[in-house]
Amino acid sequence: MAKLILSLDDRVIKDFEISKERMTIGRKPHNDIQIDNLAVSGEHAMIMTILNDSFLEDLGSTNGTMVNGKAVKKHFLQPDDVVEIGKYKLRYVNEKAGKVSQEEFEKTMVLRAPANPAPAAPRPAATNTQTDIRGGRPTDTQAGFQTSTVSGAGAAQSASGQAAPAAKGAADLVNTQTNAGNAQPNAANAPQSPGKNAAEVQMQSGAESGGTIQILSGPNAGRELPLSKPLTTLGKPGMQVAVIARRPQGYFITHVEGTNFPVVNGKSLDAQAQKLKDHDIIELAGVKMEFFLKG
Amino acid sequence: MATATHTGMVRSHNEDSVNVEADIGLAVLADGMGGYNAGEVASGIATALITDETKQAMMRLDLRKPDGANGETAPCALLHDVVAKANESIYRAANSQPQYAGMGTTLVVGLFYDNKVAVAHIGDSRCYRLRDNKLEQITRDHSLLQEQIDSGLLTKEAARRSQNKNLVTRALGIEVSAAPEVHVHDVRSGDLYLMCSDGLNDMVEDEDIELAVSSLSSNLPLAASQLVQMANDAGGRDNVSVVLIKIKKDFPATDGWVSKVRSWFI
Repeated sequence: MAKLILSLDDRVIKDFEISKERMTIGRKPHNDIQIDNLAVSGEHAMIMTILNDSFLEDLGSTNGTMVNGKAVKKHFLQPDDVVEIGKYKLRYVNEKAGKVSQEEFEKTMVLRAPANPAPAAPRPAATNTQTDIRGGRPTDTQAGFQTSTVSGAGAAQSASGQAAPAAKGAADLVNTQTNAGNAQPNAANAPQSPGKNAAEVQMQSGAESGGTIQILSGPNAGRELPLSKPLTTLGKPGMQVAVIARRPQGYFITHVEGTNFPVVNGKSLDAQAQKLKDHDIIELAGVKMEFFLKG
Repeated sequence: MATATHTGMVRSHNEDSVNVEADIGLAVLADGMGGYNAGEVASGIATALITDETKQAMMRLDLRKPDGANGETAPCALLHDVVAKANESIYRAANSQPQYAGMGTTLVVGLFYDNKVAVAHIGDSRCYRLRDNKLEQITRDHSLLQEQIDSGLLTKEAARRSQNKNLVTRALGIEVSAAPEVHVHDVRSGDLYLMCSDGLNDMVEDEDIELAVSSLSSNLPLAASQLVQMANDAGGRDNVSVVLIKIKKDFPATDGWVSKVRSWFI
């Protein structure tokens, strides 16, 4: 369960569990998270939650809402984001995204409407929502939506009961896309950051970055070819092609096509990938080249 | 045609199931779900049953003729039919044997015929097409995230950071009837089709998938294992399966066409 930890001058005041689809933050007592301070507007901001994702929205407050030092109107909250309202800080903690058995909670589950059989469901529903959104208020198009668990008992539980909000949330937070974009700098912090980031982080931490090929013979002799992409192909299509894959463990060369296999340090490759070492000499389609690591 | 499937770096079971039949131009990929080994059972039933039923149906059918009943082309009707059968069979197993209760599977099926491909899918297993070195997703996930993207709540980029990746809105074997989405696409020679489970596209950006399939299209088995490797290098949190189908040349329907299909695929 995600929560917000309210603090003032690095002193923790209270934890708030994100327990419902819409939680308001403000000075007035009816708010779910009340901050009784004159710098805080009566209804200052709110947090909309759709299953495991939470979105922060400023409700037109006088003094504004900041996330990680930047003023935001709407923001897709990432773990460890710090929301600032006046002098108060709210840290967003999503334990689910952290250590709690990734395996279990990532297992695919089905969302379904139990009463209406499937055919009418997703696609029309999506379009309907869109229309409703333009009208500015959520309707019941997806209200019949309920979760039903198919696997992963733990994860499943938290999903049920929160699905209906999902539909309304979708309508309420229609403009979130812009803020979501702003959130990008935090992507690296998010444990869920997409694969590419993960790989890049690993690459950067490993010693083996900056792999480069220098052509040693032929018309292009002297040219350098940085291996900046996950895959770089070398050779002449239709004749002989090899590929160098950049992986967390280093750079690997593999034969792709042609009757002749590439030669590394005088030895012909087999069908297996071979890891390249600094200053390895590669011969391919009649061209000699050297692999080296740029410091 | 080339396939690769891998348990991934985290999971203990491989709940994905893949089957290709080059001689009838069929490829099936399923990503099962359900406790213990029920996921494997569900995806296994789906691929086996769809392959068998399609083979039998192909004997009877002339794929070029529209189906009289509802105006659908025969391949579409065929896919609807075999998917319905697979659904029924999984549903029945799930409801008759307690250890299989609640099992289900996502599915993507490609049936190639007469310079076309009929693609049926349900859930978040995908089919992509590489044409002129551009990768395009030709199926649209049945998932909560896709609905949120459609409604404008999330951008595609933000969706990658969502915690709600694992929720599909349709699956096979969960309800009495299942609704696959079936579309027919024109096929050109040189096209490359990629079908994959979410273990690939959750871990590897489309851009890198495009790079891998376009630069390794001359060696499909290598391309398939490269994709799996990229998913595992990025963490491999889920099972990952890929099917690659390259179109070598046109395959217009002719009378003795079944016997010739094999040569169209690598």
